[in-house]
Amino acid sequence: MIDIQNVTYHHGRSLILDDVSLRLKKGGITALVGPNGAGKSTLFALMARLLPLQSGSIRFDEMEVGKTGTQSLARKLAILRQEANVASRITVRDLVGFGRFPHHQGRASEADEAFVQKSLHEFDLASIADRFIDELSGGQRQRALVAMAFAQDTDYLLLDEPLNNLDMYFARSLMQQLRALADAYGKTIVIVLHEINYASGHADEIIALKQGRVALQAPPESFMTAENLFAIYGMDVQVETFGNRKIALHQV
Amino acid sequence: MPRETPPQRPWIRVTLTTSIVAILLCLILISLSIGVIETSLADLFSQAADGEGLLLLSRLPRTLATLLAGASLAVAGFILQTLVQNRFVEPATVGTADSAALGLIGVSIVLPDAGIFSKMLVGSLAAFVGALGFLALVKRLPRTQPLLVPLCGIFYGGVISSVATFLAYENDLMQYIGIWMNGEFSGVLQGRYELLWASGLIALAGYAYADKFTIAGLGRDTASGLGLNYSQTIHLGLAIVAMVTAFTVITVGMLPFVGLVVPNIVSRFVGDNSRKVLPLVALVGGTFVLGSDILGRVLRFPYEIPAGAIFGVIGTFVFLWLLLARPSRA
Repeated sequence: MIDIQNVTYHHGRSLILDDVSLRLKKGGITALVGPNGAGKSTLFALMARLLPLQSGSIRFDEMEVGKTGTQSLARKLAILRQEANVASRITVRDLVGFGRFPHHQGRASEADEAFVQKSLHEFDLASIADRFIDELSGGQRQRALVAMAFAQDTDYLLLDEPLNNLDMYFARSLMQQLRALADAYGKTIVIVLHEINYASGHADEIIALKQGRVALQAPPESFMTAENLFAIYGMDVQVETFGNRKIALHQV
Repeated sequence: MPRETPPQRPWIRVTLTTSIVAILLCLILISLSIGVIETSLADLFSQAADGEGLLLLSRLPRTLATLLAGASLAVAGFILQTLVQNRFVEPATVGTADSAALGLIGVSIVLPDAGIFSKMLVGSLAAFVGALGFLALVKRLPRTQPLLVPLCGIFYGGVISSVATFLAYENDLMQYIGIWMNGEFSGVLQGRYELLWASGLIALAGYAYADKFTIAGLGRDTASGLGLNYSQTIHLGLAIVAMVTAFTVITVGMLPFVGLVVPNIVSRFVGDNSRKVLPLVALVGGTFVLGSDILGRVLRFPYEIPAGAIFGVIGTFVFLWLLLARPSRA
């Protein structure tokens, strides 16, 4: 369970997060949505201890962020940041291999190697495993970064806009893979999404942030209504039901 | 779609390493056999077997000094580039060497009788502070402009060096600045270069942290996400860079471009994963500097051109070629 209590964050004089309290149950996919500048990435950075907490507390099960060593946290949660621009010339295999670093601190065992191999296969990277990441397309690099987070093999996976740079095919297959991970391994995945329909189609729960506050936390069925979307994004959106999924027709 | 590149198989690294080792062995023999005193390798070795003579006194120390200085400076450059996440920096161009010189000038003025050990300590500390200052400076630069980083470093180094020069001028120590900033090996004799072994050992110690440096090179967020103590790793790496720089400055003088050109060449072929690349960086660094020293010794025989000057000229062209011939990024 992720327990966020009374988190407030200021950047200079502007208020980014305003007394956010959230409780995310263990297992499953939670999508974090909201307009640009709502504070999603900041909340993420605080959860992943990349920014120091100014007030409030965040706990992953029994581990409290800020009071748990960074190494222990690295075995509890993995994070993919939005602007993870890797400039180094290292191979995909080595990059994914670094996902195992929290477990072996530099001395990889055979089990670690096997897990890396599994991650490469899982994310369709085996054929480009020996290419340098600076020679890949944006989408391939994105998949390599997700694979690295997967290789970290943590209970919690925080992904900040992982669908960036991915085409339709890989965007959907990544969401399906995350679904499978959550179902098969009981992982807890928190994912920042801009495309509301991916949230509706694949998440168990959707949380909307607006102006630094929690605007709504609900399962997709009740989240996806024209009124809610208007309240969050300030635009009229038609919501249709296809099969058992609700889809917002916001592109037209 | 990006350009199709052949998979980087280990054989590239193996072939490269083997051929460089072969070249290096030839260069070592050449370096041992050339000099103003005419003698044959056979004579040199038979004298050395008795524990005396030219080989042990001068030619072997000189050869070892070039190798140690080249290898450790190349490693320092590689580590600095990894930690700063910029390919165009090296200790000589971002003020680290100038800071070391400033520290050494300072200690020479305040404590003229200080021993070599305390001088080294002050020099290394000053280089470390200088490197930290540079890092704090480049943090404020926009990430979209990678070339601003080396430019900023050159200005920064210029300011520090002008302070050092002023202090040296006021205190009649100008000759030191000249010696420290222009690397050359003609003065290397047994008993006068051994500090470079320490420099080499420090560079070797850096290898133990190779993975941590590579991870730090992925950026602060990614590194923290992997549970790495980021600032500790940065400080450790900068300490290694600072000590190698200071030790080189005081023994043979700074050799600019070594830390810039060598890591770039090696990275081009075998990538940036420190654990795999560092040994090759050290090997190529030593080979290039030894080659430059030999050239400097034979071009105007029996006079000498400083190895630093030779390397500067060749290194500039190699680097320009690398810069212009670099494959376009995806």
